[in-house]
Amino acid sequence: MTAVDDRPTAPADAPRRRPNPLLALLRNSWRQLTSMRTALVLLFLLAVAAIPGSVLPQRGVNPEDVRDFFTAHPDLAPLLDRVGAFEAFSSAWFSAIYLLLFTSLIGCITPRLRDHVRALRARPPAVPKRLERLPQHAVVPAPDGGAAAVAETLRRRRWRVAVRGDEISAEKGYLKETGNLIFHSSMLVVLVAVALGSWYGWHGNRLLVAGEDQVFCNTRQQYAEAKLGPRVDDDLPRFCMQLDEFDARFLETGQPAFYNAKVTVDSDGGPPRPAEFSVNSPLRLDGANVYLLGHGYAPVIRYTDRFGRSQTSAVPFLSTGDVGLSSEGLAAFPDANVDPDTGERDPDLQVAFSGLYLPTAPQEPPFVRSEHPTERNPLLDLVAYRGNLGLDAGIPGSVYQLDQRQVSNGRLTEIGAKQLRTGESWTLDDGTKVEFLGTRPFITLSVRHDPGTTLLLVSSIGLVLGLMGSLFVRRRRIFVRVLPPGSGAPDSGSPTGGSSLVEVAGLPRTEHPGFAAEFAQLVAAIGAGGRPGDAGTDPGTPAGAREGAE
Amino acid sequence: MSALSDQVVSIATLVYLLAMISHAVEYALGNVRARAVAAPARELVGAAASPGGAAGGALGGGVAAGGAVATEVPSRAERTARRAEWAGRIAVGLTVLGAALHLAGLVTRGLAADRMPWGNMYEFVLTVSFIGVAAWLVVLVKWPFLRRLGLFLTLVMVLLVATAELVLYTPIVPLVPALNSYWFIVHVSTIVFASGLFLLGVVPAVAYLMRAGYEDGKRSFPYTLARRLPAAAGLERLTFVLHAFSFPIFTFAVIAGAIWAEAAWGRPWGWDPKETWAFISWVVYAGYLHARATPSVKRNVAAWLAILGFLTVLMNLFGVNIFFEGLHSYGGL
Ligand code: HEM
Repeated sequence: MTAVDDRPTAPADAPRRRPNPLLALLRNSWRQLTSMRTALVLLFLLAVAAIPGSVLPQRGVNPEDVRDFFTAHPDLAPLLDRVGAFEAFSSAWFSAIYLLLFTSLIGCITPRLRDHVRALRARPPAVPKRLERLPQHAVVPAPDGGAAAVAETLRRRRWRVAVRGDEISAEKGYLKETGNLIFHSSMLVVLVAVALGSWYGWHGNRLLVAGEDQVFCNTRQQYAEAKLGPRVDDDLPRFCMQLDEFDARFLETGQPAFYNAKVTVDSDGGPPRPAEFSVNSPLRLDGANVYLLGHGYAPVIRYTDRFGRSQTSAVPFLSTGDVGLSSEGLAAFPDANVDPDTGERDPDLQVAFSGLYLPTAPQEPPFVRSEHPTERNPLLDLVAYRGNLGLDAGIPGSVYQLDQRQVSNGRLTEIGAKQLRTGESWTLDDGTKVEFLGTRPFITLSVRHDPGTTLLLVSSIGLVLGLMGSLFVRRRRIFVRVLPPGSGAPDSGSPTGGSSLVEVAGLPRTEHPGFAAEFAQLVAAIGAGGRPGDAGTDPGTPAGAREGAE
Repeated sequence: MSALSDQVVSIATLVYLLAMISHAVEYALGNVRARAVAAPARELVGAAASPGGAAGGALGGGVAAGGAVATEVPSRAERTARRAEWAGRIAVGLTVLGAALHLAGLVTRGLAADRMPWGNMYEFVLTVSFIGVAAWLVVLVKWPFLRRLGLFLTLVMVLLVATAELVLYTPIVPLVPALNSYWFIVHVSTIVFASGLFLLGVVPAVAYLMRAGYEDGKRSFPYTLARRLPAAAGLERLTFVLHAFSFPIFTFAVIAGAIWAEAAWGRPWGWDPKETWAFISWVVYAGYLHARATPSVKRNVAAWLAILGFLTVLMNLFGVNIFFEGLHSYGGL
């Protein structure tokens, strides 16, 4: 291979005084760290270190799976947790690898950057003495105009040219190194963008049920689940949002085909305005983006207690995971049966209904699985409970599930079950009544702010463009010497006798299989004095065939 | 239309199988042409390009050749060589036919589904393998002397397409809403394209390892297969060219995926298993390019990295859909 790769060598040692052993060690380690071999090893380690994060469940991706993993492997899970296996990509070991890699990267590109800037400023180097030793070499009749004409030909072809008397040096393909440096620097910028996002970004998830009474305003407390970067104060951008309409279409198989949410947004100062968003087009507000992640039904249940007072709840029921959107939920009425005269609450008369909602119930029992996600034959299967719900006791419980401990210790008793269709009601044993009024749609939202995304996009573009420059551009040099008339070429019995000749040589500085063909073209152009028409030699000429010999 | 597509794909698989057999015959008959171990690649092109000269010039060594062909009864070796040449050409012809059928299968599938045929794993594997075979034909036009690699390529094609048909087959369904985006086309088409090139790139990488071993004098089992392969240096270069071409495309594809993920899920990158394995592939291929650019690292190591890279791509294509649960919902198995 003829390619000559000049990469920055370690700086030549300065005249040695007695080397401080610590300094020497440090310098040696630095040199080791910034070597290509180390970069290679670190890259390999990075790839290997990413594997556990894809095999084990991750908190950032799916916290429920992590919980399940703890249940399934009670001994192993805490051990794994201690080494950060469930947050693999922010764990110490993963961070250590990429930080080392990026340190190596900085150490690697800084000297290259310096060298490259120097090379960009410098003139191409002087013509070597023995041109016939270079990989490409030819002697042709000199064009009219001699060195100046040759230089002009090269310049027109966008070579960087230096003329020294009768000698011309030219170089091309600086973009390769420029691209390489842009590419590697862009990776650093990507890291900065990610860091920005995690420090100054925040996000929260929540459910939003349709209806005026369910308006959601953007505060920390309104999120079921939220994560704020360490540099975010609690003052989130202010806006309120109400779900007016949710439109979903499904195929006969139950597979979703289309989602769209219509909302009214009331952002800081402005009047309320209608807006829409769907799965691939989030609602972009000032300082926050709202993404539609999912949807479901919230059955509207009215309970009328012993005192004849009714309360209505529209609780989102969560999908059990089948395509028919069978969903489960809990409608709790902790304030039921409070005596309106005395205001006295009997803690053992609280009421709750756990339910299974089937948007399209089958024609015949068992009614356990919905056949389609649209509401073709809605059926609500309710189980009623009365007693102490355990909410006051401060026992942490999910709003979507009954606290089973209260059932098992007898404070909450099941008092029956019934299937209701829309509009039907059920009178319980104590004469109180529950009605299924219908459903409202709800959507799952993710509200996010990430100040790093623009920078991320810009650096990614730099990454790709730099990479292309680095991989597709080739650096090469051309040297030309105009020989005085009658001198004869050093390696050939000159066919042109007395007229002057030029000796041309080419040096690909990186692997460049097409160089011979390019060189042949250039030689032809130089020999012809750059006259158009003679410039293009067929790349399949013998010179082209030689290239395989590199 | 859907049934038509299925049938066309089945026939394409068969045709690839025939092409493979034909390549195998060429291999077995083995003319002596690839004997020129150290000869520069381009000279081989010259030899292969002129059909008449191919047999004659190749025989060079011990057998009477050249002008003798016209006057004398062809020697046995010559006849064998000619048969091998024909087997090779038939193999290429069959590969072209297979690729045409393969494309027809994809087009009819797309028409039947009324969208690009990249909606589930079956379609995805089918498209990736088509890109692989199409890129192979381009390579073949440019460097015909590589024809013998066709044996490996058709083997890979038969395996992939048959797996797609037998294991991954899914009836046509439209896309889930998250896939309904023009970023879908940008992201998936570039991923498919890059994966197809990586698939093709692994063929010369494996061939290089075998051939380099053979040239080093190894004569045990896998190396002996490489006796009739083109010279190692050319294979190594082809490996690099294919990877250097597909790596930026793959990089772009991953970035396009991130842009889409930002719009669909609210974050450009979330370490979903598919994203994680794309990251792993990217890092491994970056490792390959680094290894190749580092003079102190042996070319063998680089070739192994290229193969490892493709294994991670396969892992992403099959493994992640089968073993892990993620947001990338086109698993469809
Ligand atoms: C963050 C991890 C890194 C990645 C993903 C990466 C990726 C790449 C890629 C894809 C190339 C190929 C482009 C080309 O061949 O010109 C490349 C080239 C190069 N990289 Fe890196 N790189 C990384 C870190 C480093 C480090 C730490 C060093 C220095 C020790 C380094 C030094 C180089 C050099 C010198 C080249 C040019 C090779 C040539 O002469 O062609 N890179 N890098």
